[in-house]
Amino acid sequence: MNSFTKYFTDIFWGFRSLLIGMSVTGRYFFSPGQIVTQQYPENRKKLKMFERFKGDLIMPHDEHNQHRCTGCGICETNCPNGSIEVISDRIELPDGKKKRIIDKHIYHLSMCTFCSLCVKTCPSEALDWDQTFEHAVFDRTKLTKILNKPGSSIIKDIE
Amino acid sequence: MKEIINLPVQSIEEEEYHINMGPQHPSTHGVLRLVVTLQGEIVKKLQPHCGYIHRGIEKMCEKDTYQQIIHLTDRMDYLSAHINNHAVCLLVEGALEVEVPERVKYIRTILDELNRIASHQLWWSSFGMDLGGLTCFFYGLRDREHILDIFEESFGSRLLHSYYTPGGLMRDVHPNFQKRVKDFLKYNRKKIKDYDRILSGNVIFLERSKGVGVLSKELAINYGVTGPSGRGSGWACDIRKKHPYAMYDKVEFREVLRHEGDTYSRYMVRIDEMRESMNIIEQLIDNIPEGDFSAKMKPIIRLPEGEYYQCVESARGELGIYCISDGNKNPVRMKFRTPSFVNLGVLDKISREMKIADLVAIGASLDLVIPDIDR
Repeated sequence: MNSFTKYFTDIFWGFRSLLIGMSVTGRYFFSPGQIVTQQYPENRKKLKMFERFKGDLIMPHDEHNQHRCTGCGICETNCPNGSIEVISDRIELPDGKKKRIIDKHIYHLSMCTFCSLCVKTCPSEALDWDQTFEHAVFDRTKLTKILNKPGSSIIKDIE
Repeated sequence: MKEIINLPVQSIEEEEYHINMGPQHPSTHGVLRLVVTLQGEIVKKLQPHCGYIHRGIEKMCEKDTYQQIIHLTDRMDYLSAHINNHAVCLLVEGALEVEVPERVKYIRTILDELNRIASHQLWWSSFGMDLGGLTCFFYGLRDREHILDIFEESFGSRLLHSYYTPGGLMRDVHPNFQKRVKDFLKYNRKKIKDYDRILSGNVIFLERSKGVGVLSKELAINYGVTGPSGRGSGWACDIRKKHPYAMYDKVEFREVLRHEGDTYSRYMVRIDEMRESMNIIEQLIDNIPEGDFSAKMKPIIRLPEGEYYQCVESARGELGIYCISDGNKNPVRMKFRTPSFVNLGVLDKISREMKIADLVAIGASLDLVIPDIDR
């Protein structure tokens, strides 16, 4: 093939490849049903995360304000970043035995890497993940949370 | 008269000058600083400066237990987090001689391949964007979203999963997992054709990628360039074939090889690898056996005294983990042989005598992830 015909065939194939590419973008342009973007702040009420989504660490409480945490501190030792602090107390039971109860279960969201080791290793399944994801606050002290609610106690049959 | 005009012009052209490309430059994909010596627009020499995102992961591993190391490896090559986790798990399981259940092997292989597709899709997006095709970026991210949804439904995170644990998985996959993966495969087969129509055949793209940044097979072996970048030069270096782990010795797949060694062949290797990954998933997704999602492991893992090495094929090349243990619950030394760091070494060689715009294309085709370089 001489250079003259090659020049024009190159131009032809070049234009053809451009038109093929533009046909793809054109197809999406004229079919608005395929739009996948979300209008985020507007759809906040309808937006639902998956049930296993790791948003925020919580300690589930039942209707009597009771949780399952024994204050053993396994989550604290397993946490790689020191984002969990368990402060526990010892109380004397009526029968003379001493029992450890939880005073404060402190969770630093700012240090958490969401590795889920605390939830996995907890022997009494006291911790779980919440589906909230809007964590932005104006003051970083708000990122330190106390997970057990005030006045809460442990469910009776948990050892 | 002619001499008077020409002399000053020539002396300016012959002068070399240095330009800092990065650390804040969109086409270096992170905080990588390249000190480029230029003559006019031609790259004469290139010196990468690393360390802007060094977090000391290797040192942090020395204080962590083996379960805790998993979440640090996520943060090295964050685009193939599952594969990094897999390397640590295989290392621990190999040292303790634990046999993981079949179900775990199946799920791990499927997730690794999904992660590889997601990584290549993001690479395709940014590669198109670096060469001036912004549409690619939107299309690639749109399709990657489907994989992230699969991940999010099963274990709650999209990018940094920490899902594998020595001996198995954190929890079982979601009941919808199989259906979602099958839907995705059907969807993605259609979309990869779009990738070819938009970018692979585009005349502007071909002009900018063919014959640019040629990496010969000898150079690839000498510099240890593994992964799709090495296979684009014809070097068969797939760990999945050479040292099979998980289910890779039982599934059939082709090791994608190309022999030109230029930017275009590295591009085509990755596009074909996406198809091969989908083939692997298709062979496995229908016959995931029932069973436990984890082998029985002690709560505190202590590796026997000795040295261990484990390599896996990450989305960028060979990820090797070298570990020395003295019998305690923490390793004495962990060393990660990360693919991006090794691949970066060859950038100087293959970008010499190229234009600075080609340097962007070459850098993108090596698929560098900066936290993987600095660790």
